[in-house]
Amino acid sequence: MNQKFKQKAAFFLFRLFSFFIVGILISILGFIVINGISVISWEFLTESPTDGMTSGGIFPAIVGTFYLVIGSLIFAVPLGVMSAIYTTEYAGNGFIVRFIRMMTNNLASVPSIVFGLFGMALFVNKLEFGDSILAGSLTLGLLTLPLIIRTSEEALKAVPDSYRSGSLALGASKLQTIRKVVLPSALPNILTGVILSIGRVSGETAPILFTVAAYFLPNLPQSIFDQAMALPYHLYVLATSGTDLEASRPMAYGTALVLIAIVLIFNLMATFMRQRLNKKFKQN
Amino acid sequence: MAQKNLLGKITEKLTESLLTLSGALTTIAILFITIFLFKEGFGLFKSPAIEDGYGLYVHPENPVNQLHPLDVKNMYDEEIINWNELGGANQEIMVFRIDDVFDYYTDEDLGENYSLLPEKLGYIISDHKNIIAYVPEEFAPSVTQGSKKVKVHNTTLSDFFLGKEWLPTATPSPLFGALPLILGTLLVSLIAIVLALPLGLGVAVYLSELADERMRKFLKPVIELLAGIPSVVYGFFGLVVVAPLVQKAFNLPVGETAFTGGLILAIMALPTIISVAEDAIRNTPTAMREASLALGATQWQTIYKVVIPYAGSGISAAAVLGIGRAVGETMAVLMITGNAAVIPSTIFEPVRTIPATIAAELGEAPSGGQHFQSLFLLGCILFLISMIISIVSEMISKKKTYKSL
Repeated sequence: MNQKFKQKAAFFLFRLFSFFIVGILISILGFIVINGISVISWEFLTESPTDGMTSGGIFPAIVGTFYLVIGSLIFAVPLGVMSAIYTTEYAGNGFIVRFIRMMTNNLASVPSIVFGLFGMALFVNKLEFGDSILAGSLTLGLLTLPLIIRTSEEALKAVPDSYRSGSLALGASKLQTIRKVVLPSALPNILTGVILSIGRVSGETAPILFTVAAYFLPNLPQSIFDQAMALPYHLYVLATSGTDLEASRPMAYGTALVLIAIVLIFNLMATFMRQRLNKKFKQN
Repeated sequence: MAQKNLLGKITEKLTESLLTLSGALTTIAILFITIFLFKEGFGLFKSPAIEDGYGLYVHPENPVNQLHPLDVKNMYDEEIINWNELGGANQEIMVFRIDDVFDYYTDEDLGENYSLLPEKLGYIISDHKNIIAYVPEEFAPSVTQGSKKVKVHNTTLSDFFLGKEWLPTATPSPLFGALPLILGTLLVSLIAIVLALPLGLGVAVYLSELADERMRKFLKPVIELLAGIPSVVYGFFGLVVVAPLVQKAFNLPVGETAFTGGLILAIMALPTIISVAEDAIRNTPTAMREASLALGATQWQTIYKVVIPYAGSGISAAAVLGIGRAVGETMAVLMITGNAAVIPSTIFEPVRTIPATIAAELGEAPSGGQHFQSLFLLGCILFLISMIISIVSEMISKKKTYKSL
């Protein structure tokens, strides 16, 4: 009887914890949505901030984040996928692969502010890109590289070996097999990783603080050597260092809502894609 | 035909070497980060801890030849007021800054473009046996009239790790004591892990042992969304909602405290803890569970006497990774911990963490200066901590735990 009661109490507690976590998510999202929804308008999304960031819109920040996402993916996706091809298809299972995998894990655990420091030292100062979209994109690309490598590796590993043997048996070279057989079947899963990276990159603040982000720019960036505004940094500025914090609060809520919407939409997309793909694989 | 074959082979070889190179990419990145961070950071120990381009001068008869940066700071703060505290003669210290020269001479006395300033400084110094003068090297007092330059020590490793004062822009001597920042980081992370670990473990057990398929399908995306929310949004939420709540609940002068930071960090560390712990619990062999149940143990007894011990290493890995997440978190902590670089005595005081310090100060630190270098040194600490955590968590999760059963 006593044991049964203990079990009931423990299980009740665990269920409570789980609901509590759902409650946390709902309260954060709810808070941002309720306060931000009234700010969202066509003007908010398509105009520049005005009156010391207390009115107007966030268009330059949206554009900046868009550029940074594109820039970092141009850098990280090809390199990440190639790295994954090397470790899964070429390198076998020896010491080298274990070492590379350890380094990838290490890179994944480096705090984002350290990427910011590194990006500033290498891209901004040493290579003299200055505070620019190029420097920011490279820094963010490096940050998201481990994620792309890991998801691509999993995608490649999920391709059945019979596909490879079949292709090789038909006389195709290893490279042809990878290009024409392995990569196409792994592509949807690789894309899931890319989508996840988009969510990650668009939300990061610390790496762009000293590599690209500008407090306010009157014009949109014209080249990759220009500074840019970005959504997460804009939210940080609005929340902590605006000229009139109370007056810019609504702008902050609106920015937070747009940011969270972008990040969560990409996250959900990746989740659903993965679930559907898993189902498909199971059917096969 | 043969030529085409050859071309194909060359492309194949080229592509393969390209692939090999990209395989080494993360290793190269780690190497580069190490080089750049440490090269910049360790520059701090290589120059005297005094503002660039300035020097300290005393009377030639003064026996003091070198000073510790902390002593310099205390002299100018008038906490050290007698030379005998520093091994000099028993006389009161006379603190002199460059602006004080106008107490002795007029603008005209100093000549055009202050060309006579070094000479006049020399006179002032030779007139006062108890003086310490902080002047730009460009106007260094001439030795002929009698003055002696005092050497200021470089910041040392122990100054950095054990120093209690973080005053990177103080003049004449900036102080780079990172102890308050290190303790602040540890305190906030500790609060986070104490709150998050039991909660996360509970959810992990629920997900892997108790929840049905529908519940799991609902909870998994919830946890992923929680992991996906950008840290700056957590910071904003903490600033606007949690900090005022904490302030009211504990009746504090400010809501931005170590506790507030720990609270938000706990939420941010939860997804990591849950997913790693859940994986570990799920990997417990069914045979173990069944054996325990067959012996008459209840499901709960099985969970906490068999499953959790078996998954112990995985759960510790979850805790370690959770701490790693908390230690490196920047934006949220920057926005809600109050940013006071002092050693905290309770958890309801503002603190400042290492990442928050870097984020807050790097923008104002002149590139290549000591302040800049000190922030890179903080980055080195963070980088090393993350490396250690990553390697340790890998080691524990690989370790088999049959022995502990």
